[in-house]
Amino acid sequence: MRNLVTLALAACAIGLAAARAAEDNQAFEKIERGRYLAVLGDCVGCHTAPGGKPFAGGAALETPFGALVGPNITPDVATGIGAWSESDLWRAMHEGIARTGARLYPAMPYPAYTKVTREDVSAIWAYLRTLEPVHNEVQPNQLAFPFNVRRPATSTWDLINFKPGVFQSDPAKSDVWNRGAYLVEGLGHCGTCHTPKNITGGDRSGEALQGALLQDWYAPDLTADLRTGIGNWSTEDIVRYLKTGANSFDIASGPMAEAVENSTSHMTDADLLAIATYLKDRAPRSAKTAIALAHDDPRMVAGKAIYENRCAACHISSGAGVPTLFPRLAQAPLVQSTDPTSLIRVVLIGNRAAATSAAPTAPAMPSFGWNLSDTEIADVLTYVRNTWGNAASAVQSTDVTTLRGRVSR
Amino acid sequence: MTRKLPATDVVIVGLGWTGSILAHELTGAGLNVVAIERGPWRDTATDFPPAYAQDELRYRIRHDLFLRPEQLTMTFRNNANQTALPIRSWGSFMPPNGVGGGGVHWNAETWRFLPSDFELRTHLVGRYGEKFLPEDMTIQDWGITYDDLEPHYDKFEYLCGTSGKAGNIKGRIEAGGNPFEGARSREYPTPPQKQPYGPTLFAQAAQEMGYKPFPQPSGNLSQAYTNPLGVTIGPCTYCGFCEWFGCGNYSKASPQTTILPALIRRPNFEARTQCEVSKINLDKSGKRATGVTYVDTSGNEWEQPADLVLLCAFQLFNVHLLLHSGIGKPYDPRAGEGVIGRNYSYQVTSSVDAFFDDKIFNPFIASGSIGMCIDEFNGDNFDHGPHGFVGGGYMGAVQTNGRPIQTARTPQATPRWGAEWKKAVAKSYLSSYEAVTHGGCYSYRDVYLDLDPTYTDRFGRKLMRLTFDFHENELKMSTYLTDRLAEVVQKMGPRQLEKHPRRGHYDVTVYQTTHTCGGAIMGVEPKTSALNRYLQSWDVPNLFVMGATAFPQNPGYNPTDTVGALAYWAADAIVNHYLKSPGPLVQI
Repeated sequence: MRNLVTLALAACAIGLAAARAAEDNQAFEKIERGRYLAVLGDCVGCHTAPGGKPFAGGAALETPFGALVGPNITPDVATGIGAWSESDLWRAMHEGIARTGARLYPAMPYPAYTKVTREDVSAIWAYLRTLEPVHNEVQPNQLAFPFNVRRPATSTWDLINFKPGVFQSDPAKSDVWNRGAYLVEGLGHCGTCHTPKNITGGDRSGEALQGALLQDWYAPDLTADLRTGIGNWSTEDIVRYLKTGANSFDIASGPMAEAVENSTSHMTDADLLAIATYLKDRAPRSAKTAIALAHDDPRMVAGKAIYENRCAACHISSGAGVPTLFPRLAQAPLVQSTDPTSLIRVVLIGNRAAATSAAPTAPAMPSFGWNLSDTEIADVLTYVRNTWGNAASAVQSTDVTTLRGRVSR
Repeated sequence: MTRKLPATDVVIVGLGWTGSILAHELTGAGLNVVAIERGPWRDTATDFPPAYAQDELRYRIRHDLFLRPEQLTMTFRNNANQTALPIRSWGSFMPPNGVGGGGVHWNAETWRFLPSDFELRTHLVGRYGEKFLPEDMTIQDWGITYDDLEPHYDKFEYLCGTSGKAGNIKGRIEAGGNPFEGARSREYPTPPQKQPYGPTLFAQAAQEMGYKPFPQPSGNLSQAYTNPLGVTIGPCTYCGFCEWFGCGNYSKASPQTTILPALIRRPNFEARTQCEVSKINLDKSGKRATGVTYVDTSGNEWEQPADLVLLCAFQLFNVHLLLHSGIGKPYDPRAGEGVIGRNYSYQVTSSVDAFFDDKIFNPFIASGSIGMCIDEFNGDNFDHGPHGFVGGGYMGAVQTNGRPIQTARTPQATPRWGAEWKKAVAKSYLSSYEAVTHGGCYSYRDVYLDLDPTYTDRFGRKLMRLTFDFHENELKMSTYLTDRLAEVVQKMGPRQLEKHPRRGHYDVTVYQTTHTCGGAIMGVEPKTSALNRYLQSWDVPNLFVMGATAFPQNPGYNPTDTVGALAYWAADAIVNHYLKSPGPLVQI
């Protein structure tokens, strides 16, 4: 009996503490929540230089307009956000306006972060305040003229591309679905890479998550499209991919490998399930059905010979790959994507897959750019994109030539 | 000037199989581990990419994966009456270099030793009497039993994903496996590799003669496998470039494909490559190691203090470091006293070449260790009484490599070059076959390692001197085994058959195997062994010495499975006993 009373008193005390914690930026619960929210937002990804101190800035993001570098967001007064207030952070994330009043460049995904609740931003703020202040001068804006001119507070870009507003849940959908939508559209900012962009770099409304080109990578279609999207992936497949970096279909590589290593592999199972639930519920991209090239097409004949010589040892003659080691090519969404940039890139310069504690292998694809010609690369990819049930446009050798020029700069 | 670094819990010399295993187990126990590796970092996709054709000139002839003798070598002589000279190009064996060590270039033949191998002297004396052994033979018991090691064999094989068929599970003999092997706790992690035509024919012939052929256990995997550390290994493509080569397909078990991906994630692990350990440091008492001294590529000398020193280099260099650092009493062959350098041993292999008219073997379909073997003539699996020798080896049709140039076999009478040679190669390439015996090499009083009186290395250290020759016992064994093998090969129906038993003096320029052993052996008492049963130095209890250095003699098998198992056995002793009470684990 006494135990019960004690427990009740303890529960009461915790309740009181929690109520107070909401206001207290030094409360453990709030800081810990902020740390997790920073993981959900992959803040480290842009705000940590390779080998640098966490959140001290310096990771470069290549945009079509030039390089933007993530600034120092540790509480250093001179070079970080030490002089900011919580409201300053709220305005930056919610409206894309810096403490100085200047508009941020949308490389900072405020068009997505605007959906984050005030309460969550407050927790992130509480967490960032606990970091060791690092003195690190970062020149975030490395754009060429005219883009290097700080944008005035009233920007045409925002007028066209930005709609501020906290996420509103859909009462017709489940809590899990709504949590997923909040994460995907908000902190997770999946659309920053996966949504096609208009000429000014803003999201093309109505084509959310249908796949887009960024930093010479093609971020694939995340809709339920059976051929180019993740329509064949189960909820569990998506969770496994995000949690470990690999599932029986694919292995995360390129910028997604970083997103998995920094962010999704540290998410709770409940949040991953929410993300998967939301993604699985989205309509497929209204893709035209594709017809595979004929097997006797000269490009297919040449490509088959190259595949069997150079690729089949790992990816297997049937294109089945080896789960968690060599990605599956048969009926693989990325292989059949409308834009073959990622495929060309990986063949040209190679790539290493994500490593997580659950899937530490981190296999790498070697570069073939030094001993396959542009035509050979185009042919073998054309073959891969049109065999084993795959169907997609032929890869042009001129596309390989162009990308070779860009990635070998 | 030597600069002193902050102390660490553990320093590991050499990052091959044993260094990786110890680093993984000890970082897992929470210790800070620094591994110092003489050679470069090596990575599957960047160092051995399938984007280029494997290259016999680069790897087999120019020894790309091996230590350069300019960096460090040793001197050699056949016996104590000769003057030893430095080895300037590797021939008989291949000291590895770089992260992964010998685990990068091995064939991946993954054998357990026989239970009687671990209690060899006791077993042989019990069966044949003391007088049956040659007077100068110095074989010893290991101080452990097969049963002690079984869980650790199991752990290493499940790390590697070894492909094979068990012959004895918990005492129950399994059809299709090796009926002579010690009891294993469970089946191999993956099924055997597919057998090419030659091994298939050999197995048929052996079976008809009443032998029990079985697939050689292989670290070239028959199928994809994810090990207990979560690291995935791919299926072997039978490309045939294993021995001397790194595997670009992630399909040969190596530290790179099994353990390093997990190890490098540990924040308490650090590797320093291209750094050569020149000495193990001792305190004034000489009974405690204080760390190691190493030299980087710029010639800077560093001292790395550590509480625990693990010597995990290749067998010969472990012994050299012990001799140079003044740890343990050097072996003196005249007095038969001392332990460092004692009981050096090697390997005695032989072959039978067969030339056929009506068979196509496709020798380019190969992996490091596909083959069908018999074990009737290994260890003490047969009665040695009538034969006047002890020891033995496994034998079989083992298709260990598909190197297109070097596997060009021709009958003995063929000229070595020119039109006749070309004609013979064209005729024989697809239709000839080589079967092999893999025999043990027991240890002798006059075979040993010590410091050379004349030659020094670039640090001014005396080179190690290797004094070795084959003994009559091993040559008899080789003749006997080769004859038995030839009988089986004859049954395969060749046009012509040639026997190549091991004869004459040991030649350090002719490759056999890299299985050099001993020199700081484990045992039951400090008078006749350098290490106790946990591979802990009798003299310096915070020093453990890994690898084939500890083998008191060499059984007729490839060593790696036992090297891996001993590493897990020692790691278990360190974590569960030594760390709780640092000091000698065996009291005398």
